[in-house]
Amino acid sequence: MTGARMVIEALKREGVEIVFGYPGGAIIDVYDELYKTPEIHHVLVRHEQGAAHAADGYARSTGKVGVAFATSGPGATNTVTGIATAYMDSIPIVVITGQVPTKLIGNDAFQEVDITGITRPITKHNFLVKRIEDLPRILKAAFYIARTGRPGPVLIDLPKDVQQAKGEFNYPEEIHLRSYNPTYEPHLKQIEKAYLLLEKAERPVFLIGGGVISSGAAPEVRELAEKLNLPVTMTLMGLGGFPGDHEQSLGMLGMHGTYYANMAVAHCDVLLAVGARFDDRVTGKVDAFAPNAKIIHIDIDPSSIQKNVKVDVPIVGDCKRALTRLLEMIKEVGKPKKYWKERFKEWWEQIDIWRRRYPLSYKEDPNYIKPQYVIEKLYELTKGEAIICTEVGQNQMWTAQYYKFKYPRTLITSGGLGTMGFGFPASIGAQMGNPGKLVIDIAGDGSIQMNIQELATAMDQKLPIKIIILNNGYLGMVRQWQELFYEKRYSAVKFTTLPDFVKIAEAYGAIGMRITKPQEVEPTLKKILSMDKLVILDVIIAPEEGVFPMVPAGKATTEMILV
Amino acid sequence: MAERKCTLSVLVENTPGALARIAGLFSGRGFNIDSLCVAETLDPTLSHLTLVTRGDDQIIEQIIKQLRRLIDVYKVVDVTEEGDFVEREMALIKVRAEKENREEIYRLCEIFRLKIVDVSPRTYIIEVTGDKEKLEAVIELLRPMGIKEIVRTGLIAMKREKKNP
Repeated sequence: MTGARMVIEALKREGVEIVFGYPGGAIIDVYDELYKTPEIHHVLVRHEQGAAHAADGYARSTGKVGVAFATSGPGATNTVTGIATAYMDSIPIVVITGQVPTKLIGNDAFQEVDITGITRPITKHNFLVKRIEDLPRILKAAFYIARTGRPGPVLIDLPKDVQQAKGEFNYPEEIHLRSYNPTYEPHLKQIEKAYLLLEKAERPVFLIGGGVISSGAAPEVRELAEKLNLPVTMTLMGLGGFPGDHEQSLGMLGMHGTYYANMAVAHCDVLLAVGARFDDRVTGKVDAFAPNAKIIHIDIDPSSIQKNVKVDVPIVGDCKRALTRLLEMIKEVGKPKKYWKERFKEWWEQIDIWRRRYPLSYKEDPNYIKPQYVIEKLYELTKGEAIICTEVGQNQMWTAQYYKFKYPRTLITSGGLGTMGFGFPASIGAQMGNPGKLVIDIAGDGSIQMNIQELATAMDQKLPIKIIILNNGYLGMVRQWQELFYEKRYSAVKFTTLPDFVKIAEAYGAIGMRITKPQEVEPTLKKILSMDKLVILDVIIAPEEGVFPMVPAGKATTEMILV
Repeated sequence: MAERKCTLSVLVENTPGALARIAGLFSGRGFNIDSLCVAETLDPTLSHLTLVTRGDDQIIEQIIKQLRRLIDVYKVVDVTEEGDFVEREMALIKVRAEKENREEIYRLCEIFRLKIVDVSPRTYIIEVTGDKEKLEAVIELLRPMGIKEIVRTGLIAMKREKKNP
């Protein structure tokens, strides 16, 4: 069997049904085998970055490993932003790139680039395959590494002569890597310590991050939160890990988190953090973050623990298993629900005061559409049942604040890397992986232009994605920083030329619409949500609307600018 | 927090790119490498790496965890923390050995049990092995004679077995 065929056979064994990619000279042999394999559906993108993001969006929305193909040289380098995006958010994707023949490697051959060298710091692991004998094991290892432990992207660089070489295809059923053994089962002593802290707590907060979503721990999070009557706050990556419409939800914390979430964290005495890594956008000034709290930190990646904040009870393990053990211990001790309800009554009274004092809010304006209103309406009309992808910037933060994500894997957003141009190609992956579901991309007029070429891809696949552009004619988040911290020196944030997004939609054969008045929002949203076609809705919003609350970078999270 | 020197003993898969991953980890995350020494082990599929680094406890903890996170890294031991260990380094020193100081250098080598491994009309190459202090003492003594070139291996380290098991 040829190396190229082995790739396809391995994909079949791994249950891969969809591949996103773009062919080229160095991967043409793999594409030749793909041609003979109708059971694997290939999505031809318009730029390799789109392929990586689509594979990522597919992985985030389905929980399966996403796969992307690209050729050598520029094809491979174009995937770099997509790989880094997946790496920062721990998303399992496998990227297979073609490479020049082994004897030409290092010769500066046509379309040669050292992609394993380039992607070394942004992949969980990568491989350059030099011998056909190694290929089956490497393919198996790539999928295994991508999906286990703390998930992440894996790249396989496959020289053309290895694709053409023949060898025996012994695909291992299972693989054991002596140097890679993630810890799933938590240490019970640590779980006990965590329980004892919670038992003594008077003002606990439950903080959940993306690890809850990737380990499928949302049911356990809810059970624990409800059993102990804990207030729950989420990082951007954790949204959907606990229902945003639940009365115990405080919404997101951090730079653009809610006032009450940040206040609760600042005043808590025990912080139970699960699958979160205390990013600077979450902690603000580290010394002032949860200053009075004992911190329990559950994470599968030991290097995430004690990295940014000092932790009192570190627990290395899978979030789902660790929470299950903790729940078992709570049941064993057997304090009734009523006990916990009573215990944290005062704390909840305090939190409710904060909630009433500064709920999320914005000023309405009869002349302008407010972006927050658009998201609120969208939430109402979709009843929180849609898969929402976002770009990066204000559009992303308004979505995080005003769409109450109810389920895991319904918010698809670039949290760690903050990649503009991510949302739309990711929505292609999400829609491919969830054919019957409503998939919406919330965009800004800046970020949508970063991968707008993928409209052709979405049309090819007849995907009824809804793109809602919150169009303020600015690179809004940068403009907001300039307004607040640079005395309104609006340097390079205003586009002189903005395309007519309605015409762009029509040029691709999609539907384009534009609204400018608040009263158009609800009826137009209703209309587009019922359409079974790709729609771009260009929403002209108040040009200088900001995202609030806001914690200035490097400040304590209690030092919020509130509207 | 106080900075301390830390000697790490690392076993890593003997695969292409493994060393680049480790070096990249240190530069990418802003950690220091004071010295690095790599060679094969008895098992040819594993390489052994002795790495000397610096940092406060929190940074050293991160360095160790980040190393363990690499898929190719099999084992990381903080030799300094484990306590009793032997450290050795070797240096080759090319020193000016003119008529007037040839004898003196020769005697110095005897006292310190150094080996003269190459002799030319005007130079010696001296091999010195020992811990860091010994190497530095020898270098200081030879410096006035005129050191032309010096090459050091970097530290290697090994844990001692317990004397009273």
